[in-house]
Amino acid sequence: MSSPAETRTFPGAQAPDRTRRHNANGIELAVYEWGKESDQPLFLVHGGSDFARTMDVFAPLLAAGGWRVVSWDHRGHGASDHAALYGWDADIRDALSVMSSVTDGPAPVVGHSKGGAVMLQLCDGSPYRVSKMVNIDGMPSKRRMPDVPDHDQSRMLANEVGGWLDFRHEAAESIRKPGTLEQLAERRGRMNPRLSKEWLEYLVTVGAQHDEDGWRWTLDPSMRFGGFGPWRPEWSALRMAALPVPFLGFLGTIDEPMGWGARERDVRPWLPAGGRLEVLDGIGHFIHIEEPALVAGKVLEFLS
Amino acid sequence: MNVISTVNLKHNRITLALHKVQEGTGRPLLLLHGLGEDATRMASIDVKWAGPVWALDFTGHGRSTVPKGGGYSCEILMADVDVALRHIGEATVLGRGIGAYVAFLISGARPQLVKGAVLTDGPGLAGGPVHVSSTSEIADSPRSGTAPDPWALIELSRDARPATYALTFLRLAMNGTTLDDPIAACCRVTPPWLEAINAEPGVANGMSVQEALDMYAAVN
Repeated sequence: MSSPAETRTFPGAQAPDRTRRHNANGIELAVYEWGKESDQPLFLVHGGSDFARTMDVFAPLLAAGGWRVVSWDHRGHGASDHAALYGWDADIRDALSVMSSVTDGPAPVVGHSKGGAVMLQLCDGSPYRVSKMVNIDGMPSKRRMPDVPDHDQSRMLANEVGGWLDFRHEAAESIRKPGTLEQLAERRGRMNPRLSKEWLEYLVTVGAQHDEDGWRWTLDPSMRFGGFGPWRPEWSALRMAALPVPFLGFLGTIDEPMGWGARERDVRPWLPAGGRLEVLDGIGHFIHIEEPALVAGKVLEFLS
Repeated sequence: MNVISTVNLKHNRITLALHKVQEGTGRPLLLLHGLGEDATRMASIDVKWAGPVWALDFTGHGRSTVPKGGGYSCEILMADVDVALRHIGEATVLGRGIGAYVAFLISGARPQLVKGAVLTDGPGLAGGPVHVSSTSEIADSPRSGTAPDPWALIELSRDARPATYALTFLRLAMNGTTLDDPIAACCRVTPPWLEAINAEPGVANGMSVQEALDMYAAVN
């Protein structure tokens, strides 16, 4: 018999006020809301490998500012369905589907990391769905290994492509390794070295599943991030430069494993007209988790 | 050629249908169909090949699984082909339309396994834009669950194929192959990705499909 799942609390963390399932073209997505249902909607979009409940401190701060904060676990993430296929277009389509379940009108979006980049593209293709945009360290950087010779880059790519294809053969059988609550927090800590043990253990209790043999992260093990593809960062830069809505971007200055490594000098030339960039010294990629009150305050001011 | 037998192969959560359409001795030929088509279209192609001939249904096409909610890319189709190659071994690949682009990709990704990729005209050859574009998103599919998957048609018809990406895969093919020309471009249509590689070493052009197949049949 499995032992009851442990729980943790974290200062300021609040469970969503409402949760539901949303069918996005056959993929069931877990949707979370903080704040009054009668308030104006604001969409909060998590990054790759993340999940919506990582906003348990940040989202309530935005909701307290008078917004109905809606977030969801992307396909393959958190409590949403694992899919057969994953792709940028599919993520955008899933986002639109969730957004349409709340409003057909324009609404502000706040995206972190990959969630911010996905929203850049959504806004570029469907500007009538976005009223204002906040991007938290999900802005494009054109930097790519300038010190690696071309022939070595080819060899690295060959290994990357071959490794990805090999992985695809085994993906169906892969399952996440179980562990104790503390072990899962420690694993996550390798990707989030700046976040506290207390917070990471809280995340396990709201974002992992508790099985007979222990806790498991729910991120689909058949997904593999990074690697190769036709996408070019300059495309995102061009999209960002042409954004037709008010824009606020945040950058931290400390590199982290899950960060994009974008620097102020990379980003500033591509800001849209009138766009603002806040560079927060001494903060890593998870700016809204490290400094939730500071970031929420600036976002609320921007949205007002 | 008619379907003689079909094997079902697992590619993650997809079951791929790989059809044998000709018995033979020697190196196999693998046929890759165009966007929105299926293996039966390729099986009707009029070419001569001494070895066994196989035709693959890509994900979302023919008798392969139609997944929920889309998420297609040409790289996923390339992985479909890799699963097929693991079953049939070293092969020459003949692709039509999007199958031509995928044949090209797999020749770069698995240059030791692909003994020549023959590219021919067909649906999905061009792909999407090669630069930034504003494409309105479509939130809902008019139908789902049947092949060809509408999400495959939508997503793969705007799959980005910048020239630099194509050149990178050509370089991978050249680095790993023993062939002088691992690619034979037998297309009349030359979208930008194909134009980018056409003039490069390693790409034979001006041949008929049969001439290209004969060239690859003659190499060990």
